Amino acid sequence: METRTISRRQILKGTGALIVSFNFFGAIPQILAQSANPSTAGLPATSLDSWLAVSQDGNVTVFTSKVDLGTGTGTALGQIVAEELDVPISKITMDIGDTDKTVDQGRTSASRTLEKGGPQLRQAAAAARQELLKLASARLGAPVDHLTVNDGVVSVADNPAKKISYGALVGGGRFNARITATGDGWDINVAPEVHAKDPKDYKIVGTSVPRFDLPPKLTGEFMYAHEVRIPGMLHGRVVRPPVINSKPSRVDADSIKQIPGIVKVVQEGNFLGVVAQTEWAAIQAARTLKVTWTAPAAKFPANPEEMYSYLKNTKSFVERTGAEKGNAASALGQAARTFEATYRWPYQMHGMIGPSCAVADVRGDKATIWAGSQAPFITRKGVAALLGIPEANVHFIYREASGCYGRLEPDDSPEDAALMSRAVGKPVRVQWMREDEHGWEPKGPPQLITVRSGVDVQGKVTAWDYAERTLPWTDARLSPMLASRQTGIKPDEQGVFLGGGDGAAYNFENRKAVSSGIPWMMNPNPLRTCNLRAPYSSARCFATECHVDEIAAGLGVDPVEFRLRYLGDDSKRVIAVLLAATKKAAWQTRPSPLPANAASVATGRGVAVSGMAGTVVAQVAEVEVDKSSGKVAVKRVTIAHDCGLIVNPDGLRNQIEGNVIQGVSRALMEEVQYDSTGVKSLDWRSYPIITFADIPDVDIVLIGHPEMPSLGAGEASTIAVAAAIANAVFDAVGVRLREVPFTPQRVLSALNGQGSSNRRA
Amino acid sequence: MARISLKVNGKLRVVDTDSTTPLLYVLRNDLGLQGPKFGCGLSQCGACTVIMEGKTVRSCSVSVTAAQNREITTLEGLGSVAAPHRLQKAFIDEQAGQCGYCLNGMVMSAKVLLDKNPSPTSTEIKQTLNGVLCRCASHLRIIRAIQRAVNADQSAQPIINYR
Repeated sequence: METRTISRRQILKGTGALIVSFNFFGAIPQILAQSANPSTAGLPATSLDSWLAVSQDGNVTVFTSKVDLGTGTGTALGQIVAEELDVPISKITMDIGDTDKTVDQGRTSASRTLEKGGPQLRQAAAAARQELLKLASARLGAPVDHLTVNDGVVSVADNPAKKISYGALVGGGRFNARITATGDGWDINVAPEVHAKDPKDYKIVGTSVPRFDLPPKLTGEFMYAHEVRIPGMLHGRVVRPPVINSKPSRVDADSIKQIPGIVKVVQEGNFLGVVAQTEWAAIQAARTLKVTWTAPAAKFPANPEEMYSYLKNTKSFVERTGAEKGNAASALGQAARTFEATYRWPYQMHGMIGPSCAVADVRGDKATIWAGSQAPFITRKGVAALLGIPEANVHFIYREASGCYGRLEPDDSPEDAALMSRAVGKPVRVQWMREDEHGWEPKGPPQLITVRSGVDVQGKVTAWDYAERTLPWTDARLSPMLASRQTGIKPDEQGVFLGGGDGAAYNFENRKAVSSGIPWMMNPNPLRTCNLRAPYSSARCFATECHVDEIAAGLGVDPVEFRLRYLGDDSKRVIAVLLAATKKAAWQTRPSPLPANAASVATGRGVAVSGMAGTVVAQVAEVEVDKSSGKVAVKRVTIAHDCGLIVNPDGLRNQIEGNVIQGVSRALMEEVQYDSTGVKSLDWRSYPIITFADIPDVDIVLIGHPEMPSLGAGEASTIAVAAAIANAVFDAVGVRLREVPFTPQRVLSALNGQGSSNRRA
Repeated sequence: MARISLKVNGKLRVVDTDSTTPLLYVLRNDLGLQGPKFGCGLSQCGACTVIMEGKTVRSCSVSVTAAQNREITTLEGLGSVAAPHRLQKAFIDEQAGQCGYCLNGMVMSAKVLLDKNPSPTSTEIKQTLNGVLCRCASHLRIIRAIQRAVNADQSAQPIINYR
């Protein structure tokens, strides 16, 4: 078999630099630029026409490769453009994620679309407004500074009868105007010299404009990736091995010949799929096809317990240190009292309700792909490499998939569809079955974190030593996707390990935080890993915010008061959200836990703070713990959230509610089951997620800062959920939950003094 | 292949298909409907929900043969963007959804609930929708949307009448 190797390092070398910067909440990972050669990566950022177009009737089409993953960013970006142009929001159309029509603005990730893509579109729109005013000035015979714009009509300030619409000015034509743009992808700096509006004059930004996409989503008129239908299109299904890195040693094509409509069994290296005339035939064929798979080439740790041992006992390949201060080790030695605890976060899934899906139409050396990738230009690059054709010959067209939560940054399905389409010479639609998605989606990696701390005789924290061990992302960023790897394209590194450190905002005298990356299998395997919503951060916060709570409880200090002691002038926004959340939740100042009582159901409250890329959040969880069953019920989460300038308050609330509730689901019930050869959570019964029966109330306080830029919103609000719940459980029943998820069985073990827990002192 | 007659959204439709095909694929691929969606194929998530003879069914797990000559309603049969059903309008008004992939199951389940019980309690709403999964976690908004629809003009007529 031919083996081609694409070096991720080579790609990075040619395409930009990996930079990691830090704020109070740890590393902000970002990769600059995905393209070395702008001529092959999207439209030129220096042409105004690359960003937007005005039609004869004055409608404005915005072109962006920042895709809307179902979070409403398309609407919010539209608001920003409408604001700068002074056109009604109803005149805006978003054309999203088409590599032939957009500038490569980098991937859509980390909830940072409005922070990064927002200013790019704002400045492009402000530059367009400037161009339009110039044109109007010539047409109306008045200087630019005598012109005003209202709803897309330019008029002369002291003679409003003299007016002309945007539509009439450029109507359907091009601007043919150059703007300045430097940098690449994620960090393109667009027309910085153009003055955008003063935020105090905003009329559209800052209002709850209803989302463009929801009406058609509610009537079946929305075009998801799953709805794409091309004339002559066939249906494909993948056939993945049941175990690690297994190869199809024998494929019996005759085993499916009785199924009507079979077109082809497609095998490329270890990639296997079936193509049929109808979707049902493809499904039956994939299920029926007799394949002899080779024995697994390696074994997983056989269960989570063994996995944590593997993390603990395996030599790391990379270590990242977060904010370091003083000498934590010697301060620990001198402490009057020390605390130590280990926290565990399991393998979890993204769990998109609709599985991966793509349509590919490969014709000769050209290909068109329709899919829901978070990174249209990266997917294009991967498909081109797989097919061995020039990148510019691949046209990627974004169609929203089903949620995402990080799963479609490594979007596998376009490559599956491309291989099958090339093999049959026709367009092929590939949709993963539920067991494909649960079994083979790249999952959020497990994390094992030990925190040791020490206090002096006055009860002041003098030492903080955080040590984390976790897996890298084997399938993320520029890594080859699953089908590529099955055909022999190899990653040359040990995966992507981003960020590091505890993410804590506290000013402890001596502190150290190290995150160790433990090597993981880079061959195709069902426990492959990638970024899952608020990647790495939820576990880091779980360990940090629970440990802080443990010290506070050990010292008999109220958890909020204790935190405030270590938040300084550089954490004013953190203090503000902490005070706002606890005020809204009517927090009663007292140490945890509550005195034990005989009631069968105990109630408690817990607090935790978190941050991500500058956004800060504090939340209070109120829980009921059923002491006989061990069931934890989260009754209410009160959250204060500060993400700088708020573009769409209701959209933001929607994201916060979703992130909090998804966080409750992950904290209470989610853990991937596996054994030494494969994943056992292959449906929703074996990987349950939250349902209506367990939904808490979510009470939100938005803190807006119009004078600040918009920062990432959404993910920041999921990070602290597990910590707040665990702290609330401790408050209620006096036992520490140090392993996610908090299943009834684990809670009962904790109450009985077993497992990763400790009893009331 | 078999010739099968279906009554979908008030219209008689005839398809030539493998008689074992689950209804979902016929609705989507033969009739071009997009409301019902594939989620799991196992009756576990509810994304494929349609109404058959006044009851919700998981169209991924009902064969097209079993649906023959039965009255079937899909999301499209309730209303459109231009003329939404009051439930659809209430979901829009509450901005109840993110990715929206689950919304078909939510709206169709709520439709059957309200047909039987015009003023459900929030507990009844939760019980009815408990088997429909939403990963973006729009649950609170979905409950509010259904309550809004309950309180909307009860005399508002749906686009198509259902018996």
